[in-house]
Amino acid sequence: MAGVVETRDLTKTFTVRAKAGRVRRERREVVAVAGIDLRISSGEMVGYIGPNGAGKSTTIKMMTGVLTPSAGTVRVLGLDPITSRVELVRRIGVVFGQRTQLWWDLPLRDSFDLLRAVYRIDPQRYHANLAAFVDLLDLGPMLDTPVRQLSLGQRMRGELTAALLHDPALVFLDEPTIGLDVVSKHAVRRFLAEMNRDHGTTVVLTTHDLADIEQLCERMVIIDHGRIVHDGPLEEFRIRHGTQRTVVVDLEVEGPPLQVPNTTVVRVDGARQWLSFDRTVTTAAAVVAAVVALRPIRDVAIEEPAVEELVRELYERGGGA
Amino acid sequence: MAIARRAFRRFSAYRGATFAGVVTNTMFGFVYAAVFVAAHAVAGDIGGFDAVDTATYVFGAQAFLAMTGAHGDREIAERIRTGEIASDLYRPVDFQLWWLSHDMGKAAYQAIFRGIPPFVVGAIVLDLRIPTSPGTWLAFLLAAGLGVVLAFGVRFPANLAAFWMLDARGVVALTALAQVFLAGHIVPLYFMPDGLERVVRLLPFAGITALPVETLLGAHRGLDLAGVYALQLGWIVVLLAAGRSLLTAAQHKLVVHGG
Amino acid sequence: MVGERIRAGLADYRTLAAAKLRSDWQYRAGFVAMFASTVLVTAMDFAGIAVVFTKTPELGGWTFRDVAFLYGVAGVSFGLADFLVGSVEQISPRVRTGVFDMLLIRPVNALVNLTASEFTFRRVGKVAQALVVLVVATAVADIEWTLGRILMLPLTIVSGTVIACATWVITASIAFFTVETQEIANTFTYGGDLATSYPLHIFESWLRVLVTYIVPLVFVSYLPALYILDLETPLALPSWLRFASPLAAVAMVVVARAVWRAGLRHYRSTGS
Repeated sequence: MAGVVETRDLTKTFTVRAKAGRVRRERREVVAVAGIDLRISSGEMVGYIGPNGAGKSTTIKMMTGVLTPSAGTVRVLGLDPITSRVELVRRIGVVFGQRTQLWWDLPLRDSFDLLRAVYRIDPQRYHANLAAFVDLLDLGPMLDTPVRQLSLGQRMRGELTAALLHDPALVFLDEPTIGLDVVSKHAVRRFLAEMNRDHGTTVVLTTHDLADIEQLCERMVIIDHGRIVHDGPLEEFRIRHGTQRTVVVDLEVEGPPLQVPNTTVVRVDGARQWLSFDRTVTTAAAVVAAVVALRPIRDVAIEEPAVEELVRELYERGGGA
Repeated sequence: MAIARRAFRRFSAYRGATFAGVVTNTMFGFVYAAVFVAAHAVAGDIGGFDAVDTATYVFGAQAFLAMTGAHGDREIAERIRTGEIASDLYRPVDFQLWWLSHDMGKAAYQAIFRGIPPFVVGAIVLDLRIPTSPGTWLAFLLAAGLGVVLAFGVRFPANLAAFWMLDARGVVALTALAQVFLAGHIVPLYFMPDGLERVVRLLPFAGITALPVETLLGAHRGLDLAGVYALQLGWIVVLLAAGRSLLTAAQHKLVVHGG
Repeated sequence: MVGERIRAGLADYRTLAAAKLRSDWQYRAGFVAMFASTVLVTAMDFAGIAVVFTKTPELGGWTFRDVAFLYGVAGVSFGLADFLVGSVEQISPRVRTGVFDMLLIRPVNALVNLTASEFTFRRVGKVAQALVVLVVATAVADIEWTLGRILMLPLTIVSGTVIACATWVITASIAFFTVETQEIANTFTYGGDLATSYPLHIFESWLRVLVTYIVPLVFVSYLPALYILDLETPLALPSWLRFASPLAAVAMVVVARAVWRAGLRHYRSTGS
């Protein structure tokens, strides 16, 4: 079965004209996306992340027909995004979190009605979908409010509805939770999970908030310097990159940092000490046993590094997988 | 002076727009000049001016367009709308004088880069009358300077309307419109029917463009020139005072509404 | 297939333009004031012509009635073009800020989406004013109406509008390549409107070459007016050119289409 998104060696280079001296301008080639092979199957929820300038947006723009690839191929829903742009965007949904696709000065309801006309949504289906979304996202009280008066969280719920009203098989969401409060974030995530479960909507999500991905995505693709540096289940990423763990012990009495083989004390706070170790060298059980042999302890806990932490470390290493 | 210098520098950042403006002013200059020269071809001298005078007038007036903000400068109104004006009001310098200095700097930039180039192109392509007497140039420069201050005098109160209206674009646009026609940008004042011309010559707008450019043509000398300056200065005093009292009222309103 | 796409484009234009009108109407006071200023600006242009004719009985051999007719034809054409696609000039800030992307993620033709999303109703003021002048000028001008002339008038307006629309699109497309000199477009659009309101032969030869061969604005008003008003021209122009406005319109559409597409291609290959 063909993937919903298929790219082969997808590449994008930009020519940047930088000033060099008074009049002379230098042309320089900048590689934004350096050969990406990606295949996303129907019904997947994929987290697509990377540091700023890694090529995330450029990739998404090539998949939505906004930008032409410099090399390589991309097919989305079996279509070429550039030559079949109109046909393609009719069947996908796009949310750019920082930009609105709603009509700023009109009531929210009007934006939906305009999209119905533009996407040629069958009236019956439109009303059914809208009713479902109003219910799911609790849009009722704000339907008659001009978009400019909505809060960021309310607006994002409007944006999601706008992107999904026409039953797209695939949605691209660029930072859908940026700037939202905890409640709104939760609402957005729950909604996306339900769309995926009930309608089989394929979701490609870029975000800075890894909690989005931890809660939604089975699969995480990390891009850095225009290349994919990780592609696989979130758990696999944790296992592969998260080899450092920490044992937190509460001692009966305060004391100097513990001398335990294969560990380093990374922090001391009163009677509590943090011992970091590499999972591939020793085990938590061995570390705890060694501590107990040295000093009496009151409590013990094992901390796994947050995905966020791991990703940051990965970026800092320069994406060298 | 420092404020003026900073404004000058800020506007010199828009080189592309300046170039485009020069092209537009030059082209419009040629179109208008051709139309009026064709009128002179039939009617001979008009109001004591000949075809060369009028062609010179047209390019002079085009040069004044940007310098006097005849297309509706909304900078102050925009700052009021966005609320940025609050920080301006707290500056330890007089608000009106601050903006006047800012405008003078902007005008100096526009005069040099938007005003002079179209005039030079016009003078190269067409036969224009460039005064040779330093006295005429001096008289013109003073009149032009007063014209710029006068333009500010007109624009400032119109912009302050933004304190009372949600959208002051209309007020500014209508004021600019009046300026474009009554300052003599569409037709020289001496092309207007006599009765209309007499009235228009008494309005502040005449002192912004028409009178300075006519001074360049050497049309105003001696007592007549003194009359030009008197009209400009008189209107400057009236309009700056009007702007000031509007500003006071606006500040009062701000205090009442708690900013 | 092509017909279907045009129908879809028109339907989308109507939908999006109506939404923009409703949005603008939210700011009623500004809307009314800007509308008034648009009407006044255009009235002022014509007042300028009227003022000139208080000092001279004719301009380049043309009477006030002749020039008023010329002004009406040019004004209606350029006014309609400005009303329909003039907002294409908003492309410049959109490209600069990258908001143009948002136009491409909708299943709508990009040009339709842009012009309709920025639709500015008040520009109808120019059309209305020029139409009044045209109707009055047509009524008072001593035109010897023949079937040819009766047919020529609407044909001229349609061709002129198409030529003006194409001029707007072509000059706006500059924004795809460089953001810096976009305002030059105004020289050809609003400057073209001004220049075509006067008899071509009063202009310097280089200006005549510009509006005849570089941007064929002379087909908007001057050439067809020569035929309708039955006037002689001192210029050495083949007489069949008086009937060639529709041809010029077709040629301009072909060029505009190519330039717009090249611009869009350039945008998509360089990004924002």
